[in-house]
Amino acid sequence: MIIIFALFLLSLLVITALAIVRTKNLFVAVMLTSIFSLLMAANFFILDAADVALTEAAVGAGITTVIFLSALALTVEREKKVRSGRRLAMVVVAILATIMIYATFDKPRLGDPEAPVHQHLAPWYLENTPVLMDFPNVVTAVLGSFRGYDTLGEVFVVFAASIGVLFILGVKPPEGSSYDPEASGLRHHLIPQVVGRLLIPFIVLFGLYVQFHGEYGPGGGFQAGALIASGVILYALLEGEAAALRAVPQSVLMGLVIGGACLYGAVGIVCVLLGGNFLEYSVLASDPAKGQQLGILLIEAGVGMAVCGALLTIFHAFAARPMRS
Amino acid sequence: MDLTPHLPALQVIVPMLFSPLVLLLKPRGLAWAGATAVALLSFAIALNMAIAVADGAHFKYDMGGWEAPYGIELSVGAFSALLLLIVTGAAAAALLASRPSVDRQIELERQPLFYSAWLLALAGLVGIVVSADAFNIFVFMEISSLASYVLIAGGPDRRALPAVFKYLIMGTIGATFYLIGVGLVYMMTGTLNLADMAARIGGVTDINPLLVAAGFITIGLALKAAVFPLHVWVPNAYAHAPHMVTVFLAACATKVAIYVLIRFDFWVFQANLEQHALQFSLFLMPLALLGILVASAVAVFEGHIKRLLAMSSVAQIGYIVLGASFVTESGLTAASSHMFNHALAKGGLFLAIAGLGYHYRDLSLAQLAGAARNMPWTAAAMVICGFSLIGIPGTAGFISKWLLINAALDEGRLAWVLVAIILVSSLMALAYVWRIIETLYFKTPVDEEAVHGEAPLQLLLVTWLVAIANIFFGLFPQFPLALSSAAAQLLLRQTL
Repeated sequence: MIIIFALFLLSLLVITALAIVRTKNLFVAVMLTSIFSLLMAANFFILDAADVALTEAAVGAGITTVIFLSALALTVEREKKVRSGRRLAMVVVAILATIMIYATFDKPRLGDPEAPVHQHLAPWYLENTPVLMDFPNVVTAVLGSFRGYDTLGEVFVVFAASIGVLFILGVKPPEGSSYDPEASGLRHHLIPQVVGRLLIPFIVLFGLYVQFHGEYGPGGGFQAGALIASGVILYALLEGEAAALRAVPQSVLMGLVIGGACLYGAVGIVCVLLGGNFLEYSVLASDPAKGQQLGILLIEAGVGMAVCGALLTIFHAFAARPMRS
Repeated sequence: MDLTPHLPALQVIVPMLFSPLVLLLKPRGLAWAGATAVALLSFAIALNMAIAVADGAHFKYDMGGWEAPYGIELSVGAFSALLLLIVTGAAAAALLASRPSVDRQIELERQPLFYSAWLLALAGLVGIVVSADAFNIFVFMEISSLASYVLIAGGPDRRALPAVFKYLIMGTIGATFYLIGVGLVYMMTGTLNLADMAARIGGVTDINPLLVAAGFITIGLALKAAVFPLHVWVPNAYAHAPHMVTVFLAACATKVAIYVLIRFDFWVFQANLEQHALQFSLFLMPLALLGILVASAVAVFEGHIKRLLAMSSVAQIGYIVLGASFVTESGLTAASSHMFNHALAKGGLFLAIAGLGYHYRDLSLAQLAGAARNMPWTAAAMVICGFSLIGIPGTAGFISKWLLINAALDEGRLAWVLVAIILVSSLMALAYVWRIIETLYFKTPVDEEAVHGEAPLQLLLVTWLVAIANIFFGLFPQFPLALSSAAAQLLLRQTL
């Protein structure tokens, strides 16, 4: 049954991808990428990767779409005529796809317990996580502790993206721009406003749940940060950009980004000062398992702050640009 | 407490964690001072490790206290130590000299963001170099790429934006290819640690996914390293970037990609895939030779000084790849020492150009005519670094070209073709460097009235420091050479 469902989702995925390539209307393309992300999230869920599915749904289908739309508001909706290269690109992509499909002929069967990925590291993680950290979610253990350095790196990827957007878009809008921050928003549309307002507290609450429940169920800082940010973005869409900035000012957002990244790094430094290696949380408490839990709790908080702040910074940087008249 | 065992981690963490803090340094000049201090500290860390490694040490570090392959391992041997010196040295020199030029090119309120991105780019590049974990390398590749897109797009030149967009697309494709390759290797081995991968690949019976992986990884990294003909993003990205960013990125960014390419290939694939060494040579040697010839020829006729030197960089990358494609100890020694020497020569040239750019808005050769009259010191430094680029005896560039010719002579029947190509391309280098010298010294200025001063002292001093280093390492090449030959031995022994 699940195979049929997976096949159905995958063919939808291919159709959506082709439609994105074909369409000349960028608004349609953005909507289709959003659908693509949602389908992808469903696929991840079928593969039992609930953590990834959650992130994909929140970031891919939600926030990226809003940011794409804000970017589209600054440019035009129709794609420019491409002079050359599209056919060549298609040929290159076709060749690459063939090679990759060829490579998968020798791949282990999906879910094969004898596959190398299930034989080498995974059993060790599964066996040792409950002993070393005393909680059940191995994904959180891998992301937060065993490969915590990668996660620190990813936080800085998000940070790099946000300073990039600020640096490039952060220049002052040109004189005589037609932008009125008070006029935006959906204040005059009753139904979206009522429904949206009802949703916001639940989104934020769910975000907090995902943040603090990561050790036991799917979740963690990335997902939580994205969910909370999407709650605030929804508020900005309903009440206008200016109202959202009054609720959570720009300085607070930068504080979240800088504070979150530094909190993560500081946990690592403290581990070194207490005699361990960088990010070796075991030394944080007298009981190594408690130390691991404390470390993961703190770094997840850092991730959540940084991601939430960065996504909102990027959103505001786009939204605050003057609209095209 | 003794920080020596933590040096590999500190190398990455220091610039990375200071980059958000630089954002808080709003008052004039403070962001520059902070970033420069951090870059100098990074250079000190790299130098410390390089000296220890030259004495035979090998740094290993278990991130989070989890031993490899369960956790992420950092490893610094001779090859990585050499690269760390190049990257941190380029960042420190460029930042030290950057203030007058950056003040002209980037508005004051945006400078903290600019320097923060610079530290991130530095952290990303050193993060790639110290890592012994395939996925971790990808994470730091993302950091360094994003930060360098930001840096290149930052200047007042609007043409930088389409250039950076092209670079972004190409860079993303390169990184994606690398990730696809890593994914395939992971599928067949179940591990991400490079040493563990090498150990487990030997036992894999269905090798098709591994062959495809080797292809994707090689092409992806070649794209990021601007190996001919995948270099099309280079000229405009270098030409329209803020001058100081060109200094930094031209000296080290593409070299880090070549470093990953060589290291991944020699440590993971060479010993485990049948005839891989032969395929590696057959694929890369023709590309390297074509790149050397074509890019040098384009540089001879290029009219914009920054694009000219960008094309020359593509040719120099050809030399490095050529040395590696011999798959011999002498070839790899030549390749790694050319990484070091080219960074010195090209870094110095772009520093001098930043000096010219302080007074000349348009850096096409036609506009620069007679510039040496106004800026004799800048022009003289440029001549020295230009000689090093050509490979005139007495400069650093000579050493690695000599090594490369020696390595080529071991190639049997091909030897004379290879030597001939290296000599012809050196003559072409002479031609394009001579065009610069002729323009600066012997042409009459376009605008006789305009009297420009010398470049700002801060910038000039660093330019001369690098120019003197070009001569110093030409006369006393022992230290980089020791690291290079140790690196070659390490690569051929296939041990991390």
